[in-house]
Amino acid sequence: MQTRYTGLTLVREIVLIGVAVVWFIPILALVNVSLKPSNSQTNALTFAWPPTFENYGRAWEEASLGAALMNSTIVAVVSIAFIVAISALASYPLARVTRAWSRWTFYGLLGGLLIPAQLALLPLYSTMRDIGLLGSLWSVILINIGTAMPFSIFLYTTFMRDLPLDYEEAALLDGCGPVRSFLSVVFPLVRPATGTVIILNLVGIWNEFFTPLLYLSGSGNATAPVAIYSFVSQYVTVWPLVFAGLVISVIPILAVYFSLQKYVIKGFAGGLKG
Amino acid sequence: MASTLLEERAAALPAAASLTPSPRRRARRAGVVAPWWFVAPAVAIYVFIVVVPSTRGAFFSFTDWNGLAGDWSWVGFENFADVFTDRAAQAALWNTLVLAVLCTVIQNAIGLALAVGLHTMVKSRYILRVVFFAPVVLTPLVSGYVWSYLLSPNGTVNEVLRGLGLGFLAQDWLGDPQYALYSVVAAVVWQFAGYSMVIFLAGLQAVPEEILEAATIDGAGPWRRFWSVTFPLLNGAVVINVMLSLIGGLKQFDQVVAMTGGGPGTATETISTLIYKNAFLLGEYPFSVALAVVMTILIAGLSAIQYRLTLRKAS
Repeated sequence: MQTRYTGLTLVREIVLIGVAVVWFIPILALVNVSLKPSNSQTNALTFAWPPTFENYGRAWEEASLGAALMNSTIVAVVSIAFIVAISALASYPLARVTRAWSRWTFYGLLGGLLIPAQLALLPLYSTMRDIGLLGSLWSVILINIGTAMPFSIFLYTTFMRDLPLDYEEAALLDGCGPVRSFLSVVFPLVRPATGTVIILNLVGIWNEFFTPLLYLSGSGNATAPVAIYSFVSQYVTVWPLVFAGLVISVIPILAVYFSLQKYVIKGFAGGLKG
Repeated sequence: MASTLLEERAAALPAAASLTPSPRRRARRAGVVAPWWFVAPAVAIYVFIVVVPSTRGAFFSFTDWNGLAGDWSWVGFENFADVFTDRAAQAALWNTLVLAVLCTVIQNAIGLALAVGLHTMVKSRYILRVVFFAPVVLTPLVSGYVWSYLLSPNGTVNEVLRGLGLGFLAQDWLGDPQYALYSVVAAVVWQFAGYSMVIFLAGLQAVPEEILEAATIDGAGPWRRFWSVTFPLLNGAVVINVMLSLIGGLKQFDQVVAMTGGGPGTATETISTLIYKNAFLLGEYPFSVALAVVMTILIAGLSAIQYRLTLRKAS
């Protein structure tokens, strides 16, 4: 990395800013078009002035976005709470026990990285129907937890292996049982791994479309992407109205991103160090 | 998305699995206890949601089970024969491979170029990183809709072309079978190039300064320095990026649904869209499951290759 700001750096800067402006056009177009009157035929690059918010009220009503955002939030929060609790707990013996069963359990879980959800989702459909969970948010939550296990456990286990043992030994000397020592010593120490698990699963679960489309469509329990999908098929050419719905559905995830961008980017890049 | 990092993490696996770290051996001596039943809930839900259904799926791909009734009979490789002779399935397999390979090449070329540009003294590097990464967190279905608007016959892309006096280049990007698949590729590349960039940036930060200085003293120019020193050291980032985008491409569903629905004709049909259509719209359940098995084999095969590459790198 050079340390001086040279003429060449200035050229680079200008080129990169130019590319970034182009890169941001789709997102700007999305917001811009949503602020135009719904019968507007102007193109995305004409500024919406004065902006109108009429589309937002209509999209909110017509696509039942209030309920959809609520469902998405419930699915994300409940799934992630379980994912963190169950995978952190499971990773502890996988990281600390050297016996064969621990090693093979770990490998068995890692095998899940090779299996695309598409294979399991079809047979699961009939199972979910038989136990009466089809169309319920629980079906999607359970699937999220199951499919997140391999990756989340891998992350926690590799992180815990690098933890010095001294803290647990101290807890042991102070008379902590394994549960107590996990809850008060180990779990607080793996906070960075917890952050990464939360961020990656949050982005994945919020944006997920295939699973909720299969398990929730037509149930009245749609998550945001599923609600948007049926909304768009209804109003396919009324772009300003459609875009208002799209904006509402991505506001939460973009808000999380822009307020925590440093951590989000770090979480996504963190896979490199293993 | 959550699953994408798995492959990425798995890339680091050989290193992690091959050392038996001393803390664990000390664990037993010190009497630190990690009870086996801690893994029970995780294993139970994993078996119920992933292992059992996947096994059933693989099994049913050799039967004529219709997904509903309890009776089925063994049909051997018939479903797979159907998959490889069916016109739509052939198109979907071909499209999916083209899409995965093109996305991988273009997305990573752009990601690398951006990373190299931002890994300098440019003053706006932090804000630009945030801008380029923003599409990664956007719902893929939503970005697909935005692109279907931008690429419509009177959409922004054609407007800009006409404005630049390049009107002859304007096309019906999504309605013309010749261009539809490439249009989807463009949208996917736009969405995920920032992800590649971030992984390359992490790789670039790990390149030791001293080596580059030594190369400079030996008279290597910036171009030579990059290709002979920096790029070989990015091997790990390249492997991870290529795997992520290939596997992501093989699973492609959301953007296609939003932009073309698989059309025109079968021009943008992918394995995932065909699985969905056959299972939930046409009731061709065995065919769907066989397609899902083909997809699994492709992904597992790629991961195996990646594992070998990573091992070679580690040794």
